[in-house]
Amino acid sequence: MRENLHRFFRAARGAGVRVSPAESIDAMRAVAQVGFNDRDILRDTFLLTLAKTQDEKRALGECFDLFFSQPEPQQENAEQNKTDDNSESGANPSADEHGDNAGGAANENVGPLAQMLLSQDRSAISTAIANASGAASLPDIRYFTQRGIFQTRILDAMGIQRLRDDIDEQTTRNPALAERLQEALNGLRGTVRDAVSQALLLYGREEAENLRNEILRNAPLARIEPRQVEQMRALIRQIARRLRERYSKPRKRQRRGHLDVRRTLRRNAAWGGVPFLTAWKRKHRDRPKIVALCDVSGSVARVSDFFLLLIHSLHEVVDDVRSFAFSGHLIEVSDILESNSPEEAMKEIMSKVGFGSSDYGNSFADFEDNWMSAITPQTTVIVLGDARSNNLDPRADILRRIGERSKRLVWLNPEGRMVWGFGDSEMPRYATFCTVVRQCATAQQLERAVSDIVATYQ
Amino acid sequence: MADTRPTASIEAVESGLAAQGYIASRQIATAVYLSQQIEKPILVEGPAGVGKTELAKAIAAWRGMKMIRLQCYEGLDEAKALYEWKYAKQLLYTQILKDKLGEVLGGAQSLAAALDQLHTFGDVFFSKEFVEPRPLLQALEQPAGCVLLIDEIDKSDAEFESLLLEILSDFQVTIPELGTVSAVAPPTVILTSNSERDLGDALKRRCLHLHIGFPEQKLEERIVESRVPGISQTLRKQMVGFIHEIRSLDLKKLPSVSEAIDWARVLVLLQASELDHEIVKDTLNVLLKYEADIEAATPQISSFIAKASRQGVFS
Repeated sequence: MRENLHRFFRAARGAGVRVSPAESIDAMRAVAQVGFNDRDILRDTFLLTLAKTQDEKRALGECFDLFFSQPEPQQENAEQNKTDDNSESGANPSADEHGDNAGGAANENVGPLAQMLLSQDRSAISTAIANASGAASLPDIRYFTQRGIFQTRILDAMGIQRLRDDIDEQTTRNPALAERLQEALNGLRGTVRDAVSQALLLYGREEAENLRNEILRNAPLARIEPRQVEQMRALIRQIARRLRERYSKPRKRQRRGHLDVRRTLRRNAAWGGVPFLTAWKRKHRDRPKIVALCDVSGSVARVSDFFLLLIHSLHEVVDDVRSFAFSGHLIEVSDILESNSPEEAMKEIMSKVGFGSSDYGNSFADFEDNWMSAITPQTTVIVLGDARSNNLDPRADILRRIGERSKRLVWLNPEGRMVWGFGDSEMPRYATFCTVVRQCATAQQLERAVSDIVATYQ
Repeated sequence: MADTRPTASIEAVESGLAAQGYIASRQIATAVYLSQQIEKPILVEGPAGVGKTELAKAIAAWRGMKMIRLQCYEGLDEAKALYEWKYAKQLLYTQILKDKLGEVLGGAQSLAAALDQLHTFGDVFFSKEFVEPRPLLQALEQPAGCVLLIDEIDKSDAEFESLLLEILSDFQVTIPELGTVSAVAPPTVILTSNSERDLGDALKRRCLHLHIGFPEQKLEERIVESRVPGISQTLRKQMVGFIHEIRSLDLKKLPSVSEAIDWARVLVLLQASELDHEIVKDTLNVLLKYEADIEAATPQISSFIAKASRQGVFS
């Protein structure tokens, strides 16, 4: 059973639950107390000792159900085969009897696997598959591309070679038996395939997810396929969570220069009130204030979408965000984003300002006329756009004023540095007034950019 | 025989807590049982008002132990949680003992001899006598053990979490001047958190993690029954069904168990025999704590009552 527990811990890690050695020891001690008899209690015990957040509890619960239901599908499967056999035999009883007799007679001539299949001993077959899985180190499976090789390994370990030889041999001597064996072999293949798929689900989930996320992180946001959008949103949420964890620590800093009289007196009471140790007043750090201006025209729209999602998922870190979207003209979109789901919000924004040709000059002018007061000396202004203004007046003078009013002015450009300044790109002209200009085409670059912005407030 | 024992003990925990008026789900009972068996603290998370603090009180009452409570808040530090020196007493004693000093050192000829003589008296002023034990230290010093409730740990600073690590894993604290104080009898430690911030991994690793959510309908009916005995069965079913419907709405603050109990008391006070639109509308402010929530729920009242009553008929 200890072996099984270890396998379960591995499966739990595969499901994304971080199980440290100390926690696995706790779990074992707890299991030793409650025993294995009551499955519900066992499940609760694992949920209590291993999972430390609600997400982990959900993942572990699913993993537990999958793991401990493992032997059952195989049995059902075998049962299925058997009932199939029976129904067939019901239609054709004489042939079945004949086959049985022939099987009985030929038993000495076929290998152990064939005998096992013929006898339809379900538990023996399950055990054989479990043993062969162990021999083929099935728990090491990580990627779906490995399914074929593990199936082959397991079947090899079960002695499929001998079975094939038997079938070949019997084809001439006893065609009915050969056919039965062939059918049993197909059934066995199916069962093993199921076992491998289940193992992949158990042990390989996290690895596969990591691989997929790694690819997604480095894919250009503007060109991902529609079916990946949902995955990308999930990834962006993950990034947001990471940033939250990193930056939502208490914001306190010692402020030298202002004595905290009460704490100083208390701390120095031991010396009769003579202030050997001084206590200083502390100051809460500023929370980042962000004003985001996002181009939502054409190719940049998708990047803006993800950027806005990320910025608005950072509540614990950034509590003051005002977002604006523009292509031909500019509107405030903070409320739309706060009150709708990301998909709906983006649709609404696009219907209001999207799909025009971008006019940076006009949009900046809109901003200056209506919302310039949103910028304070603590604000970071982020402009997301490709700076392609269709040869209209770029109004870099407004950007200069924005830069002067704000703490920092950051420009994120989804285009590669190579093409900045070519064609109608006004990037070099805008860049002179920005504190930072960075390329921002992939999720990874997006994460770094936002992380750096938040870090300047720490 | 050995295998049936844990189930029986978990049921014993359940009935023990029930005797104190705390109706525990199987998972809660398992957590309490395990925390006693493998001597681990329980970290309880969940929305406000589902009985996290109540759990600690019930355990203390059930096992007849003292409960020591440490309420966490921002800025809580060692001096308020662990121990403090009784500075005033130390000062007073030095003043009083000044006269005695001459007698003690009377025979000494030189400064070195006087010092030697002083050393023989030891660290009188930094001894147990002058330590003011705060909740954590008190909990360790209870000879019969106790229930230590560290409430709303998520409100404290991250540094305070680190302070707790030693006491949580080994049931001991280290005072620099005195050495390590170990627990006389390991206390049962319950930590509660409203998930206002994520707790550190180090803290979570040392605890059993129990999440108490909103209870199922049957369980909640039992809870209301045990807390508000005067309420009739039909009304109880209706009101719990109604609350479950309310929880399906998208509200700022969902009504939790404590609000359910309050509402049951109010309904009993108003001598309502069953829910109707008027009485629900008048008492909705017991359940919902935001104006916007009440506005969102008001149009639904009639349909919710109808649904809740229908459930009552069939179950």
